[in-house]
Amino acid sequence: MKHENLCVIAKNMRRNILTMVHDAKSGHPGGSLSAVEIVTYLYFKEMNIEDPTDENRDRFVLSKGHGAPVLYSALMEKGFISKDLIGTLRQINSKLQGHPDMKKLPGVEASTGSLGQGLAIANGMALAFKLDNKDNRVFALLGDGEIQEGMIWEAAMLASHYHLDNITAIIDHNGLQIDGRNNDVMTVEPIDKKWDAFGWHVIKADGHDFESLEKAFEERKTIKGKPAVIIADTIKGKGCSFMEDKAAWHGKAPSDEEYCNAMDELGRCE
Amino acid sequence: MAKATREAYGEALKKLAAENPNVVVLDADLSGSTKTSEFKKVAPERFFNVGIAEQDLIGTAAGMAIAGKIPFASSFAMFAAGRAYEIIRNTVAYPKLNVKIAATHAGLTVGEDGASHQAIEDISLMRGIPNMTVINPADSIEAEQAVLKAAEMQGPVYIRLGRMNVEDVYDENYKFEIGKGVELKKGNDATIIATGLMVQEALKAAKILSEEGIEARVINIHTIKPIDKDIIIKAAKETNTIVTAEEHSIIGGLGSAVLEVLSDVYPVPVKRVGVLDTFGESGKPTDLLEKYHLTAKDIVEACKEAIKLKQK
Repeated sequence: MKHENLCVIAKNMRRNILTMVHDAKSGHPGGSLSAVEIVTYLYFKEMNIEDPTDENRDRFVLSKGHGAPVLYSALMEKGFISKDLIGTLRQINSKLQGHPDMKKLPGVEASTGSLGQGLAIANGMALAFKLDNKDNRVFALLGDGEIQEGMIWEAAMLASHYHLDNITAIIDHNGLQIDGRNNDVMTVEPIDKKWDAFGWHVIKADGHDFESLEKAFEERKTIKGKPAVIIADTIKGKGCSFMEDKAAWHGKAPSDEEYCNAMDELGRCE
Repeated sequence: MAKATREAYGEALKKLAAENPNVVVLDADLSGSTKTSEFKKVAPERFFNVGIAEQDLIGTAAGMAIAGKIPFASSFAMFAAGRAYEIIRNTVAYPKLNVKIAATHAGLTVGEDGASHQAIEDISLMRGIPNMTVINPADSIEAEQAVLKAAEMQGPVYIRLGRMNVEDVYDENYKFEIGKGVELKKGNDATIIATGLMVQEALKAAKILSEEGIEARVINIHTIKPIDKDIIIKAAKETNTIVTAEEHSIIGGLGSAVLEVLSDVYPVPVKRVGVLDTFGESGKPTDLLEKYHLTAKDIVEACKEAIKLKQK
Protein backbone atom coordinates (compact mmCIF):
# COMPACT_ATOMS: atom_id res chain seq x y z
CA MET A 1 0.00 0.00 0.00
CA LYS A 2 1.27 3.45 -0.89
CA HIS A 3 2.11 5.58 2.15
CA GLU A 4 2.03 2.47 4.37
CA ASN A 5 4.78 3.91 6.54
CA LEU A 6 2.77 7.09 7.04
CA CYS A 7 -0.24 5.01 8.10
CA VAL A 8 1.88 3.28 10.73
CA ILE A 9 3.16 6.62 12.03
CA ALA A 10 -0.35 8.07 12.06
CA LYS A 11 -1.55 5.15 14.15
CA ASN A 12 1.29 5.66 16.62
CA MET A 13 0.45 9.35 16.73
CA ARG A 14 -3.15 8.55 17.64
CA ARG A 15 -2.02 6.19 20.39
CA ASN A 16 0.34 8.85 21.76
CA ILE A 17 -2.39 11.49 21.70
CA LEU A 18 -4.93 9.34 23.49
CA THR A 19 -2.39 8.24 26.08
CA MET A 20 -1.23 11.80 26.73
CA VAL A 21 -4.74 13.18 27.13
CA HIS A 22 -5.94 10.20 29.16
CA ASP A 23 -2.98 10.38 31.54
CA ALA A 24 -3.32 14.15 31.86
CA LYS A 25 -7.06 13.75 32.54
CA SER A 26 -7.51 16.88 30.43
CA GLY A 27 -6.66 18.24 27.01
CA HIS A 28 -8.04 18.36 23.50
CA PRO A 29 -8.32 14.96 21.81
CA GLY A 30 -10.90 15.83 19.11
CA GLY A 31 -8.91 18.44 17.23
CA SER A 32 -5.66 16.59 17.76
CA LEU A 33 -6.99 13.39 16.21
CA SER A 34 -8.53 15.25 13.27
CA ALA A 35 -5.12 16.68 12.34
CA VAL A 36 -3.09 13.47 12.60
CA GLU A 37 -2.72 12.74 8.89
CA ILE A 38 -2.02 16.40 8.06
CA VAL A 39 0.73 16.68 10.66
CA THR A 40 2.11 13.24 9.82
CA TYR A 41 2.32 14.14 6.15
CA LEU A 42 4.02 17.43 6.94
CA TYR A 43 6.65 16.05 9.28
CA PHE A 44 7.36 12.78 7.44
CA LYS A 45 6.86 13.69 3.81
CA GLU A 46 6.53 17.34 3.00
CA MET A 47 8.74 19.40 5.25
CA ASN A 48 12.49 19.59 5.15
CA ILE A 49 13.07 18.92 8.81
CA GLU A 50 15.49 16.33 10.05
CA ASP A 51 16.98 18.46 12.79
CA PRO A 52 14.85 20.92 14.80
CA THR A 53 17.82 23.30 15.07
CA ASP A 54 18.89 23.30 11.43
CA GLU A 55 18.63 26.85 10.09
CA ASN A 56 17.41 25.62 6.75
CA ARG A 57 14.50 23.62 8.11
CA ASP A 58 10.93 24.29 7.09
CA ARG A 59 8.77 25.65 9.90
CA PHE A 60 5.48 24.41 11.25
CA VAL A 61 3.26 26.74 13.27
CA LEU A 62 0.38 25.13 15.13
CA SER A 63 -1.96 28.09 15.09
CA LYS A 64 -4.67 25.94 16.67
CA GLY A 65 -2.47 25.55 19.72
CA HIS A 66 -4.94 23.40 21.64
CA GLY A 67 -3.95 20.64 19.22
CA ALA A 68 -0.67 20.48 21.15
CA PRO A 69 -0.85 16.67 21.59
CA VAL A 70 -0.68 16.09 17.84
CA LEU A 71 2.41 18.31 17.61
CA TYR A 72 4.10 16.69 20.61
CA SER A 73 3.31 13.34 19.15
CA ALA A 74 4.94 14.27 15.84
CA LEU A 75 8.04 15.54 17.65
CA MET A 76 8.19 12.21 19.51
CA GLU A 77 7.82 10.13 16.35
CA LYS A 78 10.51 12.30 14.73
CA GLY A 79 12.78 11.57 17.67
CA PHE A 80 13.14 15.29 18.50
CA ILE A 81 11.79 14.74 22.01
CA SER A 82 11.61 11.67 24.22
CA LYS A 83 8.53 9.49 24.39
CA ASP A 84 9.12 9.38 28.12
CA LEU A 85 7.45 12.78 28.22
CA ILE A 86 4.06 11.29 27.32
CA GLY A 87 2.87 11.03 30.91
CA THR A 88 3.89 14.60 31.70
CA LEU A 89 1.42 16.47 29.47
CA ARG A 90 -0.19 19.32 31.40
CA GLN A 91 1.55 18.32 34.63
CA ILE A 92 3.57 20.64 36.82
CA ASN A 93 7.16 21.28 35.62
CA SER A 94 6.48 19.64 32.25
CA LYS A 95 7.89 20.64 28.89
CA LEU A 96 4.58 19.57 27.44
CA GLN A 97 2.49 22.58 28.34
CA GLY A 98 -1.26 22.55 27.76
CA HIS A 99 -0.57 24.78 24.76
CA PRO A 100 2.82 24.77 22.99
CA ASP A 101 5.65 26.74 24.58
CA MET A 102 8.61 27.28 22.25
CA LYS A 103 10.89 28.16 25.15
CA LYS A 104 10.26 24.92 26.98
CA LEU A 105 10.25 22.40 24.17
CA PRO A 106 12.71 22.04 21.28
CA GLY A 107 10.91 21.62 17.97
CA VAL A 108 8.05 23.95 18.86
CA GLU A 109 8.51 26.86 16.47
CA ALA A 110 6.06 29.32 18.05
CA SER A 111 4.19 29.64 21.30
CA THR A 112 0.50 29.43 20.48
CA GLY A 113 -2.77 28.73 22.21
CA SER A 114 -4.65 31.97 21.92
CA LEU A 115 -6.44 31.42 18.63
CA GLY A 116 -5.99 33.48 15.53
CA GLN A 117 -2.34 34.43 15.95
CA GLY A 118 -0.38 31.66 14.24
CA LEU A 119 -0.87 32.80 10.68
CA ALA A 120 0.61 36.22 11.43
CA ILE A 121 3.58 34.57 13.14
CA ALA A 122 4.04 32.29 10.14
CA ASN A 123 3.83 35.30 7.81
CA GLY A 124 6.55 37.04 9.80
CA MET A 125 8.81 34.05 9.41
CA ALA A 126 8.02 33.84 5.69
CA LEU A 127 8.76 37.55 5.20
CA ALA A 128 12.07 37.19 7.01
CA PHE A 129 13.07 34.20 4.88
CA LYS A 130 12.22 36.12 1.70
CA LEU A 131 14.23 39.07 2.91
CA ASP A 132 17.24 36.81 3.40
CA ASN A 133 16.68 34.99 0.10
CA LYS A 134 16.25 31.72 1.94
CA ASP A 135 14.24 28.78 0.68
CA ASN A 136 12.66 27.79 4.00
CA ARG A 137 8.94 27.20 3.71
CA VAL A 138 6.41 27.86 6.44
CA PHE A 139 3.31 25.80 7.16
CA ALA A 140 0.56 26.96 9.49
CA LEU A 141 -2.22 24.67 10.70
CA LEU A 142 -5.47 26.50 11.43
CA GLY A 143 -8.72 25.30 12.89
CA ASP A 144 -11.87 25.96 10.90
CA GLY A 145 -13.48 27.52 13.97
CA GLU A 146 -10.30 29.51 14.49
CA ILE A 147 -10.81 31.44 11.27
CA GLN A 148 -13.65 33.26 13.03
CA GLU A 149 -10.88 35.33 14.62
CA GLY A 150 -10.52 38.64 12.79
CA MET A 151 -6.75 38.58 13.04
CA ILE A 152 -6.67 35.58 10.68
CA TRP A 153 -8.03 37.80 7.94
CA GLU A 154 -5.56 40.58 8.67
CA ALA A 155 -2.86 37.98 8.18
CA ALA A 156 -4.58 36.56 5.11
CA MET A 157 -4.45 40.01 3.53
CA LEU A 158 -0.80 40.46 4.39
CA ALA A 159 0.36 37.14 2.90
CA SER A 160 -1.32 37.92 -0.35
CA HIS A 161 -0.17 41.57 -0.40
CA TYR A 162 3.45 40.49 0.01
CA HIS A 163 3.10 37.57 -2.43
CA LEU A 164 4.26 35.04 0.13
CA ASP A 165 4.53 31.88 -1.91
CA ASN A 166 6.66 30.33 0.81
CA ILE A 167 3.68 30.05 3.12
CA THR A 168 0.99 27.39 3.16
CA ALA A 169 -1.97 27.43 5.49
CA ILE A 170 -3.77 24.17 6.14
CA ILE A 171 -7.27 24.35 7.56
CA ASP A 172 -8.28 21.38 9.68
CA HIS A 173 -11.86 21.45 8.45
CA ASN A 174 -13.67 19.20 10.90
CA GLY A 175 -16.74 21.41 11.07
CA LEU A 176 -16.92 21.53 14.86
CA GLN A 177 -15.95 23.90 17.61
CA ILE A 178 -16.55 23.92 21.36
CA ASP A 179 -20.16 25.06 21.26
CA GLY A 180 -21.20 22.90 18.32
CA ARG A 181 -21.19 22.96 14.51
CA ASN A 182 -19.18 25.87 13.08
CA ASN A 183 -22.10 27.06 11.03
CA ASP A 184 -24.48 27.00 13.99
CA VAL A 185 -22.09 28.98 16.17
CA MET A 186 -20.88 31.41 13.50
CA THR A 187 -20.96 30.67 9.80
CA VAL A 188 -17.51 30.15 8.33
CA GLU A 189 -18.60 28.90 4.92
CA PRO A 190 -17.90 29.39 2.13
CA ILE A 191 -14.32 28.98 3.35
CA ASP A 192 -12.87 28.44 -0.12
CA LYS A 193 -14.44 31.57 -1.59
CA LYS A 194 -13.28 33.68 1.34
CA TRP A 195 -9.64 32.67 0.92
CA ASP A 196 -9.87 32.98 -2.83
CA ALA A 197 -11.23 36.50 -2.41
CA PHE A 198 -8.29 37.30 -0.15
CA GLY A 199 -5.90 36.38 -2.94
CA TRP A 200 -4.91 32.89 -1.89
CA HIS A 201 -4.63 29.84 -4.10
CA VAL A 202 -7.20 27.40 -2.68
CA ILE A 203 -6.75 23.64 -2.73
CA LYS A 204 -9.19 21.12 -1.28
CA ALA A 205 -8.19 17.79 0.14
CA ASP A 206 -9.33 14.83 2.18
CA GLY A 207 -7.44 15.45 5.39
CA HIS A 208 -7.34 11.78 6.32
CA ASP A 209 -6.16 10.47 2.96
CA PHE A 210 -2.42 10.63 2.29
CA GLU A 211 -2.83 10.42 -1.49
CA SER A 212 -5.21 13.34 -1.41
CA LEU A 213 -2.86 15.29 0.84
CA GLU A 214 0.07 14.47 -1.43
CA LYS A 215 -1.84 15.75 -4.43
CA ALA A 216 -2.66 18.95 -2.56
CA PHE A 217 0.90 19.64 -1.40
CA GLU A 218 2.28 18.83 -4.86
CA GLU A 219 -0.20 21.26 -6.43
CA ARG A 220 0.90 23.87 -3.92
CA LYS A 221 4.47 23.61 -5.19
CA THR A 222 3.37 24.65 -8.66
CA ILE A 223 1.87 27.94 -7.44
CA LYS A 224 4.26 30.87 -7.55
CA GLY A 225 3.85 34.41 -6.35
CA LYS A 226 0.98 33.87 -3.94
CA PRO A 227 0.12 32.12 -0.69
CA ALA A 228 -1.87 28.90 -0.76
CA VAL A 229 -4.35 27.32 1.58
CA ILE A 230 -5.24 23.64 1.73
CA ILE A 231 -8.73 23.14 3.08
CA ALA A 232 -8.50 19.64 4.45
CA ASP A 233 -11.80 17.96 5.23
CA THR A 234 -11.42 16.02 8.44
CA ILE A 235 -13.45 14.33 11.15
CA LYS A 236 -13.05 15.56 14.70
CA GLY A 237 -11.91 12.70 16.93
CA LYS A 238 -10.96 10.59 13.87
CA GLY A 239 -9.89 7.04 14.65
CA CYS A 240 -11.78 6.79 17.89
CA SER A 241 -15.34 5.80 17.01
CA PHE A 242 -17.09 7.23 20.03
CA MET A 243 -15.34 10.58 19.63
CA GLU A 244 -15.85 10.99 15.90
CA ASP A 245 -17.73 14.10 14.82
CA LYS A 246 -18.75 15.00 18.35
CA ALA A 247 -18.12 18.53 19.63
CA ALA A 248 -18.22 17.18 23.19
CA TRP A 249 -14.77 15.62 22.59
CA HIS A 250 -13.17 18.98 21.81
CA GLY A 251 -11.64 19.32 25.23
CA LYS A 252 -12.33 16.25 27.35
CA ALA A 253 -10.17 13.32 28.39
CA PRO A 254 -11.39 9.72 27.97
CA SER A 255 -12.13 7.69 31.09
CA ASP A 256 -10.04 4.57 31.78
CA GLU A 257 -12.64 2.38 30.09
CA GLU A 258 -13.03 4.69 27.10
CA TYR A 259 -9.26 4.85 26.77
CA CYS A 260 -8.94 1.04 26.73
CA ASN A 261 -11.67 0.77 24.13
CA ALA A 262 -10.04 3.44 21.99
CA MET A 263 -6.62 1.80 22.17
CA ASP A 264 -8.17 -1.59 21.32
CA GLU A 265 -9.86 -0.02 18.36
CA LEU A 266 -6.63 1.50 17.12
CA GLY A 267 -4.89 -1.83 17.62
CA ARG A 268 -7.46 -3.48 15.43
CA CYS A 269 -6.92 -0.99 12.61
CA GLU A 270 -5.42 -2.18 9.34
CA MET B 1 15.80 72.55 21.73
CA ALA B 2 12.22 71.40 21.61
CA LYS B 3 11.64 68.21 19.71
CA ALA B 4 9.17 65.33 19.90
CA THR B 5 10.43 61.95 21.06
CA ARG B 6 8.87 60.39 17.97
CA GLU B 7 11.18 62.53 15.82
CA ALA B 8 14.12 61.09 17.70
CA TYR B 9 12.74 57.62 17.06
CA GLY B 10 12.79 58.27 13.32
CA GLU B 11 16.38 59.46 13.52
CA ALA B 12 17.45 56.48 15.60
CA LEU B 13 15.83 54.15 13.08
CA LYS B 14 17.83 55.76 10.31
CA LYS B 15 21.02 55.04 12.25
CA LEU B 16 19.91 51.47 12.88
CA ALA B 17 19.17 51.03 9.18
CA ALA B 18 22.80 51.78 8.46
CA GLU B 19 24.30 49.94 11.41
CA ASN B 20 22.30 46.77 11.77
CA PRO B 21 21.07 44.78 8.77
CA ASN B 22 18.86 42.66 11.03
CA VAL B 23 16.65 45.57 12.00
CA VAL B 24 13.29 45.60 10.24
CA VAL B 25 10.45 48.05 10.78
CA LEU B 26 6.72 47.45 10.65
CA ASP B 27 3.97 50.01 10.77
CA ALA B 28 0.19 50.01 10.57
CA ASP B 29 -0.60 52.87 8.21
CA LEU B 30 0.78 55.61 10.44
CA SER B 31 4.37 55.75 9.23
CA GLY B 32 4.31 59.48 8.61
CA SER B 33 3.16 60.16 12.15
CA THR B 34 5.18 57.50 13.96
CA LYS B 35 8.25 58.54 11.91
CA THR B 36 9.01 55.01 10.77
CA SER B 37 8.81 56.65 7.34
CA GLU B 38 12.38 57.81 8.05
CA PHE B 39 13.50 54.18 8.04
CA LYS B 40 11.52 53.48 4.90
CA LYS B 41 13.37 56.28 3.11
CA VAL B 42 16.75 54.67 3.67
CA ALA B 43 15.86 50.95 3.85
CA PRO B 44 12.60 50.42 1.94
CA GLU B 45 13.25 46.70 1.51
CA ARG B 46 13.24 46.26 5.28
CA PHE B 47 10.10 48.29 5.89
CA PHE B 48 6.71 46.57 6.01
CA ASN B 49 3.38 48.30 6.15
CA VAL B 50 0.73 45.88 7.41
CA GLY B 51 -2.18 48.21 6.86
CA ILE B 52 -4.66 49.19 9.54
CA ALA B 53 -4.20 45.94 11.44
CA GLU B 54 -2.42 46.31 14.77
CA GLN B 55 -2.91 42.73 15.90
CA ASP B 56 -1.29 41.57 12.68
CA LEU B 57 1.44 44.19 13.16
CA ILE B 58 2.55 42.54 16.38
CA GLY B 59 1.97 38.96 15.25
CA THR B 60 4.01 39.47 12.08
CA ALA B 61 6.78 41.15 14.06
CA ALA B 62 6.83 38.12 16.36
CA GLY B 63 7.36 35.77 13.42
CA MET B 64 10.16 37.94 12.07
CA ALA B 65 11.84 37.90 15.48
CA ILE B 66 11.62 34.10 15.59
CA ALA B 67 13.35 34.05 12.20
CA GLY B 68 16.21 36.17 13.58
CA LYS B 69 15.21 39.73 12.75
CA ILE B 70 15.03 42.65 15.18
CA PRO B 71 11.62 44.10 14.41
CA PHE B 72 10.51 47.56 15.50
CA ALA B 73 6.72 47.67 15.33
CA SER B 74 4.99 51.02 15.53
CA SER B 75 1.56 52.50 15.84
CA PHE B 76 -0.07 54.93 18.22
CA ALA B 77 0.15 53.77 21.84
CA MET B 78 -3.62 53.39 21.99
CA PHE B 79 -3.60 50.77 19.25
CA ALA B 80 -0.18 49.19 19.79
CA ALA B 81 -0.62 48.59 23.51
CA GLY B 82 -4.40 48.65 23.55
CA ARG B 83 -5.70 46.92 20.45
CA ALA B 84 -2.81 44.46 20.26
CA TYR B 85 -2.42 43.85 24.00
CA GLU B 86 -3.14 40.17 23.98
CA ILE B 87 -0.88 39.51 20.99
CA ILE B 88 1.93 41.29 22.81
CA ARG B 89 1.24 39.29 25.95
CA ASN B 90 0.94 35.83 24.44
CA THR B 91 2.89 35.89 21.22
CA VAL B 92 5.72 38.33 22.03
CA ALA B 93 6.33 38.46 25.78
CA TYR B 94 5.52 34.87 26.77
CA PRO B 95 8.22 33.43 24.49
CA LYS B 96 10.41 36.49 25.18
CA LEU B 97 10.75 37.40 21.53
CA ASN B 98 13.04 40.16 20.40
CA VAL B 99 10.27 42.53 19.33
CA LYS B 100 10.51 46.28 20.01
CA ILE B 101 7.20 48.04 20.22
CA ALA B 102 7.73 51.76 19.69
CA ALA B 103 4.39 53.38 20.44
CA THR B 104 3.95 57.03 19.59
CA HIS B 105 1.23 59.55 20.44
CA ALA B 106 1.00 58.31 24.01
CA GLY B 107 -0.84 60.23 26.71
CA LEU B 108 -3.13 63.24 26.64
CA THR B 109 -0.76 65.32 24.52
CA VAL B 110 -2.05 63.61 21.39
CA GLY B 111 -4.28 66.64 21.76
CA GLU B 112 -7.06 67.40 19.34
CA ASP B 113 -7.82 63.78 18.39
CA GLY B 114 -9.35 63.35 21.81
CA ALA B 115 -9.96 60.54 24.27
CA SER B 116 -10.23 57.71 21.74
CA HIS B 117 -6.58 58.30 20.80
CA GLN B 118 -5.15 59.24 24.20
CA ALA B 119 -3.53 56.18 25.74
CA ILE B 120 -3.28 56.77 29.47
CA GLU B 121 -3.29 53.09 30.44
CA ASP B 122 -0.49 51.75 28.26
CA ILE B 123 2.26 51.76 30.90
CA SER B 124 -0.05 49.86 33.20
CA LEU B 125 -0.87 47.31 30.52
CA MET B 126 2.72 46.80 29.43
CA ARG B 127 4.41 46.67 32.81
CA GLY B 128 1.95 44.03 33.97
CA ILE B 129 3.33 41.59 31.42
CA PRO B 130 6.22 39.34 32.51
CA ASN B 131 9.45 39.63 30.45
CA MET B 132 8.54 43.11 29.24
CA THR B 133 10.85 46.13 29.48
CA VAL B 134 9.00 49.46 29.54
CA ILE B 135 10.78 52.71 28.66
CA ASN B 136 9.27 56.20 28.69
CA PRO B 137 11.90 58.73 27.57
CA ALA B 138 11.89 62.29 28.85
CA ASP B 139 13.20 64.06 25.78
CA SER B 140 14.45 63.46 22.26
CA ILE B 141 18.03 62.84 23.37
CA GLU B 142 16.96 60.13 25.77
CA ALA B 143 14.50 58.73 23.23
CA GLU B 144 17.13 58.28 20.55
CA GLN B 145 19.48 56.48 22.91
CA ALA B 146 16.66 54.35 24.29
CA VAL B 147 15.80 53.15 20.80
CA LEU B 148 19.41 52.28 20.05
CA LYS B 149 19.81 50.48 23.39
CA ALA B 150 16.56 48.61 22.88
CA ALA B 151 17.93 47.30 19.60
CA GLU B 152 21.02 46.03 21.41
CA MET B 153 19.22 44.18 24.18
CA GLN B 154 17.61 40.79 23.73
CA GLY B 155 13.89 40.55 24.48
CA PRO B 156 10.68 42.53 24.19
CA VAL B 157 10.69 46.28 24.84
CA TYR B 158 7.87 48.80 24.91
CA ILE B 159 9.06 52.34 24.18
CA ARG B 160 6.55 55.08 24.88
CA LEU B 161 6.88 58.13 22.64
CA GLY B 162 5.02 61.38 22.32
CA ARG B 163 3.58 63.53 19.60
CA MET B 164 4.30 66.90 21.14
CA ASN B 165 7.60 68.74 21.13
CA VAL B 166 9.35 68.59 24.49
CA GLU B 167 12.20 70.71 25.79
CA ASP B 168 15.58 69.02 26.18
CA VAL B 169 16.27 67.75 29.65
CA TYR B 170 19.66 66.38 28.66
CA ASP B 171 22.60 67.48 26.56
CA GLU B 172 24.60 65.44 24.09
CA ASN B 173 26.88 64.08 26.82
CA TYR B 174 24.05 62.15 28.42
CA LYS B 175 24.51 58.38 28.63
CA PHE B 176 21.26 56.46 28.84
CA GLU B 177 21.23 53.12 30.58
CA ILE B 178 18.15 50.83 30.58
CA GLY B 179 16.86 50.32 34.11
CA LYS B 180 18.92 53.06 35.71
CA GLY B 181 17.10 56.07 37.13
CA VAL B 182 18.75 59.47 36.88
CA GLU B 183 19.02 62.04 39.66
CA LEU B 184 18.63 65.39 37.93
CA LYS B 185 18.62 67.66 40.94
CA LYS B 186 19.77 67.24 44.52
CA GLY B 187 17.52 67.96 47.48
CA ASN B 188 16.43 66.40 50.76
CA ASP B 189 13.05 67.97 51.58
CA ALA B 190 11.09 65.77 49.17
CA THR B 191 11.68 63.74 46.02
CA ILE B 192 9.88 64.18 42.73
CA ILE B 193 10.03 61.03 40.64
CA ALA B 194 8.90 61.75 37.11
CA THR B 195 8.78 60.04 33.75
CA GLY B 196 8.35 61.11 30.14
CA LEU B 197 7.42 64.70 29.46
CA MET B 198 6.62 65.24 33.15
CA VAL B 199 10.35 65.26 33.84
CA GLN B 200 10.66 68.80 32.52
CA GLU B 201 7.63 69.81 34.60
CA ALA B 202 9.30 68.23 37.64
CA LEU B 203 12.42 70.31 37.06
CA LYS B 204 10.34 73.46 36.74
CA ALA B 205 8.48 72.54 39.94
CA ALA B 206 11.74 71.99 41.81
CA LYS B 207 12.90 75.43 40.74
CA ILE B 208 9.69 77.06 42.01
CA LEU B 209 9.99 75.13 45.29
CA SER B 210 13.62 76.12 45.63
CA GLU B 211 12.65 79.78 45.38
CA GLU B 212 10.36 79.13 48.34
CA GLY B 213 13.13 77.46 50.30
CA ILE B 214 12.12 73.87 49.65
CA GLU B 215 14.82 71.70 48.08
CA ALA B 216 13.22 68.83 46.18
CA ARG B 217 15.25 66.06 44.66
CA VAL B 218 14.28 65.24 41.06
CA ILE B 219 14.64 61.75 39.63
CA ASN B 220 13.88 60.66 36.09
CA ILE B 221 12.60 57.11 35.92
CA HIS B 222 12.75 56.47 32.18
CA THR B 223 12.64 52.70 32.61
CA ILE B 224 9.44 51.86 34.40
CA LYS B 225 10.20 48.19 34.16
CA PRO B 226 12.56 46.88 35.40
CA ILE B 227 12.39 49.82 37.78
CA ASP B 228 15.45 51.20 39.58
CA LYS B 229 14.51 50.21 43.13
CA ASP B 230 17.75 51.45 44.66
CA ILE B 231 17.38 55.06 43.61
CA ILE B 232 13.75 55.09 44.83
CA ILE B 233 14.48 53.51 48.21
CA LYS B 234 17.46 55.79 48.73
CA ALA B 235 15.27 58.81 48.00
CA ALA B 236 12.61 57.56 50.40
CA LYS B 237 15.17 57.11 53.16
CA GLU B 238 16.83 60.47 52.61
CA THR B 239 13.81 62.67 51.89
CA ASN B 240 11.01 60.72 53.61
CA THR B 241 8.33 61.76 51.15
CA ILE B 242 7.77 61.32 47.44
CA VAL B 243 5.75 62.79 44.61
CA THR B 244 5.37 60.90 41.35
CA ALA B 245 4.51 62.60 38.07
CA GLU B 246 3.42 61.00 34.83
CA GLU B 247 1.29 61.69 31.79
CA HIS B 248 -0.66 58.51 32.45
CA SER B 249 -3.46 57.32 34.67
CA ILE B 250 -2.58 57.33 38.35
CA ILE B 251 -3.71 53.71 38.27
CA GLY B 252 -1.01 51.25 37.25
CA GLY B 253 1.71 53.56 35.96
CA LEU B 254 4.86 55.05 37.46
CA GLY B 255 3.07 56.11 40.66
CA SER B 256 1.86 52.59 41.26
CA ALA B 257 5.26 51.14 40.45
CA VAL B 258 6.93 53.45 42.97
CA LEU B 259 4.33 52.57 45.60
CA GLU B 260 4.96 48.88 45.03
CA VAL B 261 8.68 49.33 45.59
CA LEU B 262 8.22 51.42 48.71
CA SER B 263 5.47 49.43 50.38
CA ASP B 264 7.64 46.34 50.16
CA VAL B 265 10.74 47.96 51.59
CA TYR B 266 10.43 51.44 53.06
CA PRO B 267 6.94 52.99 53.12
CA VAL B 268 6.81 56.77 53.11
CA PRO B 269 4.00 59.15 52.08
CA VAL B 270 3.58 59.33 48.30
CA LYS B 271 1.48 61.79 46.33
CA ARG B 272 0.74 60.87 42.74
CA VAL B 273 0.39 63.42 39.96
CA GLY B 274 -1.25 61.84 36.93
CA VAL B 275 -4.56 61.53 35.14
CA LEU B 276 -7.17 60.98 37.84
CA ASP B 277 -8.95 57.86 36.57
CA THR B 278 -10.79 59.72 33.85
CA PHE B 279 -10.72 59.89 30.06
CA GLY B 280 -9.20 62.84 28.26
CA GLU B 281 -10.79 65.00 25.58
CA SER B 282 -9.94 67.13 22.56
CA GLY B 283 -7.87 70.22 23.00
CA LYS B 284 -4.44 71.77 22.62
CA PRO B 285 -1.85 69.63 24.41
CA THR B 286 -0.87 72.44 26.75
CA ASP B 287 -4.51 73.15 27.59
CA LEU B 288 -5.02 69.49 28.34
CA LEU B 289 -1.98 69.29 30.60
CA GLU B 290 -3.34 72.23 32.52
CA LYS B 291 -6.92 70.99 32.75
CA TYR B 292 -5.87 67.52 33.85
CA HIS B 293 -3.43 68.81 36.46
CA LEU B 294 -0.21 67.75 34.81
CA THR B 295 1.87 70.91 35.21
CA ALA B 296 4.76 72.11 37.33
CA LYS B 297 2.23 73.97 39.47
CA ASP B 298 0.40 70.71 40.25
CA ILE B 299 3.67 69.06 41.18
CA VAL B 300 4.54 71.98 43.47
CA GLU B 301 1.21 71.61 45.29
CA ALA B 302 1.63 67.85 45.56
CA CYS B 303 5.11 68.37 47.02
CA LYS B 304 3.83 70.71 49.68
CA GLU B 305 1.11 68.23 50.63
CA ALA B 306 3.63 65.42 50.66
CA ILE B 307 5.88 67.34 53.00
CA LYS B 308 2.91 67.99 55.32
CA LEU B 309 2.15 64.26 55.31
CA LYS B 310 5.64 63.33 56.42
CA GLN B 311 5.52 65.89 59.22
CA LYS B 312 2.35 64.36 60.66
